[in-house]
Amino acid sequence: MTTVLGIEGTAWNLSAAIVDEDDVIAEVTETYRPKTGGIHPREAAQHHALHASNVIERLLKEYRDKGHSPENIDAIAFSQGPGLGACLRTVATSARALALSLDIPLVGVNHCIGHVEIGRWKTPAVNPVVLYVSGGNSQVLAHRAGKYRIFGETLDIGIGNALDKFARGAGLTHPGGPKVEEYARKATNYVKMPYVVKGMDFSFSGLSTAATDALKDNSLEDVCYSFQENAFAMLVEVTERALAHTGKSEVLLAGGVGANMRLREMLDLMCEDRGASFYVPEKRFMGDNGAMIAYTGLLMFNSGTTLPIESSHVDPSFRPDTVDVTWITDEQEVL
Amino acid sequence: MYLQSGAEAVVSLKDGYIIKDRIPKRYRVAELDERIRKERTRAEARLMSDARRCGVPTPIIHDIYDFTIEMEYIDGKPVKYVIDETMCKLMGKLIGRLHSGGIIHGDLTTSNMLYSGDRIYLIDFGLAYVDGSVESRGVDIHVLFQTLESTHSDHEELIKAFSRGYRITLDMADEVLDRVKEIEKRGRYA
Repeated sequence: MTTVLGIEGTAWNLSAAIVDEDDVIAEVTETYRPKTGGIHPREAAQHHALHASNVIERLLKEYRDKGHSPENIDAIAFSQGPGLGACLRTVATSARALALSLDIPLVGVNHCIGHVEIGRWKTPAVNPVVLYVSGGNSQVLAHRAGKYRIFGETLDIGIGNALDKFARGAGLTHPGGPKVEEYARKATNYVKMPYVVKGMDFSFSGLSTAATDALKDNSLEDVCYSFQENAFAMLVEVTERALAHTGKSEVLLAGGVGANMRLREMLDLMCEDRGASFYVPEKRFMGDNGAMIAYTGLLMFNSGTTLPIESSHVDPSFRPDTVDVTWITDEQEVL
Repeated sequence: MYLQSGAEAVVSLKDGYIIKDRIPKRYRVAELDERIRKERTRAEARLMSDARRCGVPTPIIHDIYDFTIEMEYIDGKPVKYVIDETMCKLMGKLIGRLHSGGIIHGDLTTSNMLYSGDRIYLIDFGLAYVDGSVESRGVDIHVLFQTLESTHSDHEELIKAFSRGYRITLDMADEVLDRVKEIEKRGRYA
């Protein structure tokens, strides 16, 4: 049995967890909540720096209280990117210190792949097309020939960021996504808005601006509804294309925006019509969490991937398709 | 005979014509769904005609309805089964003409080209759009090169032959081909 401690802190959520092959053993989370506006990168990094040692202490205490010894921990995993540079550096520093003091290897995890792997762990999905939607990221990923390939992605901002930006303009507080969803349920009319799919990629900044403009002549409810309908249809369309292109038969939803029930409903309808299976992990594993970093770190560690301290620098624009997926062998790959 | 349906359209043969139907999607609100299918049907028909005007053989449009295109049936073989260097050079010339005309195909594969009577017909303009940027042209060709690499063992020679043709019909070809190399390095699956 392998045990890995993982730390996540790419943006607003600082979270650490200890997992083994079977389950999450301990997890502690401290969330940065901006007083006004959206995430301020420096404030978020300061928040992480302030709470890092406390989070680790509480995590190790919880682990000990459950009858385990920290000597059982085989490796320290941390989210190496993509994310906010200052936040990444703070978390990487804690991870390095921990690895040195426990004298165990370090594993650098790609945050996007963390979302994919925890979904494969906590749902029956084996070889899915993954729609990963969060504040900063929006990607359609699937495993092919040793890598998680990006089949489509946003050309500008993440869907969560687009929703928050629009929500702030409409006077709603951060995070805006859940509030937009709430207003959308009370809509009575669909308002025409931009729908931008270019090849396999999508773009949200124009839609966000158009939605803000539409508030002049339409109710907030109708604009929220129409914004969601267009944005999510774009995501579902590219997900469907990736299914057709790869011949895969599973869809996995990942990332914080995956909490949206309308998005789930649309993906479910698409999968039903194509005869594909649709999987959604429980909510605690959808947004950023330490368990996904710890578990992906475990997979990497078990397949021989560790990271020397001297080359453990962070990468704010770390792309998932640059990582060798050493833990999935060709025989397991169904094409 | 060669008919293939994708994620958004069903292709069939009726009375000697190819019928391409854009099917409704239940997940989209009806108004949006109809708008997208109408716009794309119209855009595809227009870009196919525009491409032919640039000197790129495409099936002649017979009729167009809200969500359906009726077009000429090309009795040919997908290029992937009959490819050689001569054909790749011709392919390069055609894509060079298409790009010179400001059109990006969006899904260039050797399955989307039909060889018939010494001509190569370009089909399936479902993802095509108008764009003259080096990046879009580069991605267009990157997709084609990836297909060549994954399906043909002599792909290096084929890519060279394609590039020779592409340089003949597009004056900024080298800039685009350099960009293709850069896109490959990004490791991006386009």
